[in-house]
Amino acid sequence: MEDKKTELPLGGIIPEGGTAHDYSTGGWRKLRPIVDKDRCTNCLICWVMCPDSAVIVEDGKMVGFDLEHCKGCGICAVECPDKVKAITMEEEG
Amino acid sequence: MAITMTKGQTGLTGNAAIAVAMKQINPDVCAAYPITPSTTVIEDFSSYVADGKVTTELITVESEHSAMSACIGASAAGARVMTATSAQGLALMWEMLYIASGMRLPIILTNVNRALSAPINIHCDHSDSMGARDSGWIQIYSETVQEGYDNLIQAVRIAEDERVLLPAMVCLDGFITSHAIENIALLEDEDVKKFVGEYRAQNSLLDTDKPSTYGAMTLPDVYINFKHQQSQAIARAKEVVIEVGKEFGKKFGRTYALFDAYRLEDAEAAIVILNSAAGTTKVAVDELRKQGKLVGALRPRLFRPFPFKEIADALSHVKAIAVLDRADSMSGFGGPVFNEVRSALYDADKRPKVMSRIYGLGGRDYKVKDALGVFNELQKVLETGKVETLQKYITI
Repeated sequence: MEDKKTELPLGGIIPEGGTAHDYSTGGWRKLRPIVDKDRCTNCLICWVMCPDSAVIVEDGKMVGFDLEHCKGCGICAVECPDKVKAITMEEEG
Repeated sequence: MAITMTKGQTGLTGNAAIAVAMKQINPDVCAAYPITPSTTVIEDFSSYVADGKVTTELITVESEHSAMSACIGASAAGARVMTATSAQGLALMWEMLYIASGMRLPIILTNVNRALSAPINIHCDHSDSMGARDSGWIQIYSETVQEGYDNLIQAVRIAEDERVLLPAMVCLDGFITSHAIENIALLEDEDVKKFVGEYRAQNSLLDTDKPSTYGAMTLPDVYINFKHQQSQAIARAKEVVIEVGKEFGKKFGRTYALFDAYRLEDAEAAIVILNSAAGTTKVAVDELRKQGKLVGALRPRLFRPFPFKEIADALSHVKAIAVLDRADSMSGFGGPVFNEVRSALYDADKRPKVMSRIYGLGGRDYKVKDALGVFNELQKVLETGKVETLQKYITI
């Protein structure tokens, strides 16, 4: 019997780039990052450290999180400088 | 005894002949780690690299795990890749063997058959390649130096065929074939080059204009479908082996099939046996034929995929069969070739009696008298219609 999925690329190769964007990892999240923009200095350390490129920056300013891809690891909250501490992690409701 | 030269023939050991085939194929990459008895394959080949006879990138790695890993990386990059190993070396490649086949990379490996430890032993048996029989690699077994050389050249075409795209392993007996000198006919470099053609990979990991991911994670929604694809591909390899064997015969005069049937047409008793020991068995067959006994032999050449239908058809008229394995499955139920041949015969209208004999482990000699002993046992089966001892070790 021919398999319906035999047109899949051979050997599990993904024959194009950038496909990680299509995979929503936000559903894995238990803790959600919350930013207090009154405290944030836009140092962008969170943007540098985020392993999922889920910190959104516009015109050189941190403006929030891409919750489709943020896994809630909390690295941003830990790396946010001690004097600022603008990011906190909250339980997903 | 005088050493005579035969026109058009060259005296070479099995390993030297494999190295010549590799030189003529001129793969893009070869990554290997030396291990007895396959060492001289790469030793000879590295001389060809050093002397500029080939353009191959030779990668000397720190282990066989790394050798196969490097082969996989190079093959994913689109290169034609070859390596060689034996025994513990093949065992150390284990994890990567499955990755090579799962990623559909047509890597060519020469396995010079040697016993697996323990106890440590450097001599011939088939426990190494038999252990890898479910790894998704095509396995072709060679009786002689000539066949090892011819098989390696054909393996390139088989593995790279777009209906197949799977790695292939060419097996020959350690020391018995790998280190014994045989007069063989070599092909012209140009003929080999034309026969194997140029390899054009469908994808290349290094093609930055067309980026791709190899070895990605798959979840329950597609994993089984990839395995199904792979299973269909290795089943298709059988037809390709037949085609390539015929084409090789047409061009160079030596035709190869799925198996080698020797005086089998009217045989009542037969031995099924792989590799060099088939030659010894044929001598016993000839001796018994002189006495009027209807005996024959079948030597499977292609073992993966297993040509179950064709082998069953060739054996179904035989009344008593002994399958001789140079490896034990340690299942308490005979050797691997026995199990597959016996299973293949299950659907035969008149099922032959089939028994398992394990021989020659760790290089123990298998002599004509051993084959005659087995035929003697088969004669008793013919007379009584019963198999008294289903499985046992011989040559002990």
